[in-house]
Amino acid sequence: MDIKTQTTDAPPPTPQPAVAEQKRAARGAGRPGDRIFLGLSRGSGILLLVLMAAIAVFLTYRASLAIGQDHGNFLTTFEWNTNLNPPVFGIAVLAFGTVVSSIIAMALAVPVAVAIALFLTHYAPRRLRGPIAYVIDLLAAVPSIVYGLWGALVLVPHMQGLYGWLDTYLGWTGVFSWDGGAPRAMLTVGILLAIMILPIITNVSREVFRQVPRMHEEAALALGATRWEVVRMSVLPFGRSGVISASMLGLGRALGETMAVATVLSPSYDIQASLLDPGGGTFAQNIASKFGEATEQGRDALIASGLVLFVITLVVNGAARAIIARRKEYSGANA
Amino acid sequence: MMLQRKNRLRALSLGAVAVSGALALTACGTDDTGKAGGSSQAANAGSVKCDNAKGQLLADGSSAQKNAIDAWVKQFSQACGVQINYKGGGSGAGVTAFNQGQVAFAGSDSALKPEEVTASKKVCKGGQGIDLPMVGGPIAVGYNVPGVDDLVLDAPTLAKIFDSKITKWNDAAIKKLNPKAKLPGLKIQAFHRSDESGTTDNFTKYLKATADWKYEGGKAWQAKGGQAASGSAGVAQGVKQNPGAIGYFELSYAKDMSTVAIDTGAKAPVKPSVESATADIAAAKVVGTGKDLSLQLDYATKAEGAYPITLVTYEIVCDKGNKPDTLPATKAFLNYIAGEDGQKVLSENDYAPIPAEIIGKVRTTIAGLN
Repeated sequence: MDIKTQTTDAPPPTPQPAVAEQKRAARGAGRPGDRIFLGLSRGSGILLLVLMAAIAVFLTYRASLAIGQDHGNFLTTFEWNTNLNPPVFGIAVLAFGTVVSSIIAMALAVPVAVAIALFLTHYAPRRLRGPIAYVIDLLAAVPSIVYGLWGALVLVPHMQGLYGWLDTYLGWTGVFSWDGGAPRAMLTVGILLAIMILPIITNVSREVFRQVPRMHEEAALALGATRWEVVRMSVLPFGRSGVISASMLGLGRALGETMAVATVLSPSYDIQASLLDPGGGTFAQNIASKFGEATEQGRDALIASGLVLFVITLVVNGAARAIIARRKEYSGANA
Repeated sequence: MMLQRKNRLRALSLGAVAVSGALALTACGTDDTGKAGGSSQAANAGSVKCDNAKGQLLADGSSAQKNAIDAWVKQFSQACGVQINYKGGGSGAGVTAFNQGQVAFAGSDSALKPEEVTASKKVCKGGQGIDLPMVGGPIAVGYNVPGVDDLVLDAPTLAKIFDSKITKWNDAAIKKLNPKAKLPGLKIQAFHRSDESGTTDNFTKYLKATADWKYEGGKAWQAKGGQAASGSAGVAQGVKQNPGAIGYFELSYAKDMSTVAIDTGAKAPVKPSVESATADIAAAKVVGTGKDLSLQLDYATKAEGAYPITLVTYEIVCDKGNKPDTLPATKAFLNYIAGEDGQKVLSENDYAPIPAEIIGKVRTTIAGLN
């Protein structure tokens, strides 16, 4: 209940009398407490805008310095060599890797997270709900470097079997062909990212499913619906925009994940047709592994790649908002 | 429902405290064993000359020499009470920090470039930055091939392996060098560094000097193919984990692993060791001018028992115009590490001491710093 306002993205349509009240409050025509609170909240809002603008300006300025020096095409070059004279670097591989690993992570994590959330809210015995929710919260509290270490030491060696199986049955597609190298490839990264973003999607989805009005469910049950039909016809449509928001939170994490990817992936500056071949890279991983020894110019180049990640994130978030806005009619606000 | 959630949060924070507490304790545990390992420190500490050293020194640079610096700092600060904070953020970061005047000295895997020397003149009033060779080290080539304990390779074969031209362990070129070994038909997985590194720089310099290595050198790995891992520890772990793997890293990371003996053209193939690396550095030429003592290593050496894939790391200081408040401590510390005791600490930590003739020059230069 307590985080309702965060999870349902569409704000409830304000009843008429409240508008007048808000307007009065906005004019600051209240007691001192109101005016101070107004000032504080307005200041915070403006601070947020200033912060975003500052980040954008800094990234753009430093990026423009680097891109001016770049001897290759910044968007299409398959190389990252800022120490050459003239330097050559491009983000093609990084953009590809970031997007592909995030897509794999989403494809694996969202269905599982929604299933867990549904299980917790509609199927699990009351005794199990607490412990499972607790474990999921713990999963979110594990630092990403720990996931990276676990991935490199445990997950990677145990992927051999899966990779072999995929190669045998799906190798003909080309996407799942494997030549027997250490499985430090995009698929492993995607699986690790999926595990990392599972808790946040699960938690938010669970809160959303909890908000489904009991009347809806009871009405469906009264009409003779089975439990699955209740879930399908009242819970899922009601929670759809919330689940999309939750997925976007997870996607944001997957796009920006650094240390876990840097530890598990075997990066290189070429794009592998197969998801099981080592190689590729992501923006955040590349920044992490190159920053330590980078020269001034190298740093600017890394910042330029950071700017692209920033833009991709903005685009993704914008797209998500558009989708949610289109599905407004299903949201809890109208229930 | 509110109440239930609060309880869960509390339970969660309790769990988190327990976990982080356990982690903190483990961290302490490893630290203690490290201290116990340096048993010779008490005996050596008496011979460190402190002069007027006082205060605190900041330094940054090469991570390749970090373990050596740590061992030195432990003994030096015990004897003189001077705190030295060496960050080990990488050679690039070290040189940058030095040229911005943030650190008393920097560590670097490669000598200052001309433009870096020019930049250093702003910080060193009336002088410039100079390179003092202080730590040597063999770059071992470790491998993981079941059933093969002694492997001999030469530079052309190594270059082909790391360039993905040789892809199976039972390749004719490897067989020719190892007639007795039972080489399996296993796929070769060549591991290199994914981060930029002086180790990569030196390893590829060796390949370029002695074999057909068509890539430009530098700290970033450039050949295509193979597997990449972060840090020497990452590469070493990759080699240990994967049958068929081969990779390069400092000798101290090669524990519990077979290392390649290099066929240099000398009578017997040379294994990486502290002594064979020192033997190689002894053949190096000083190419620095004035007080600068940057070295040119002979990668194509054929001398008996000289291991050719060796790296030297430098300490970078101002020859003139060091900051007066850090000068005494810097000089005392450099004196100690270039001295006999300091260099002895190196071989205890899998690093190679700098040969007598060169280290003699280093000592003279340190005496003249001001």
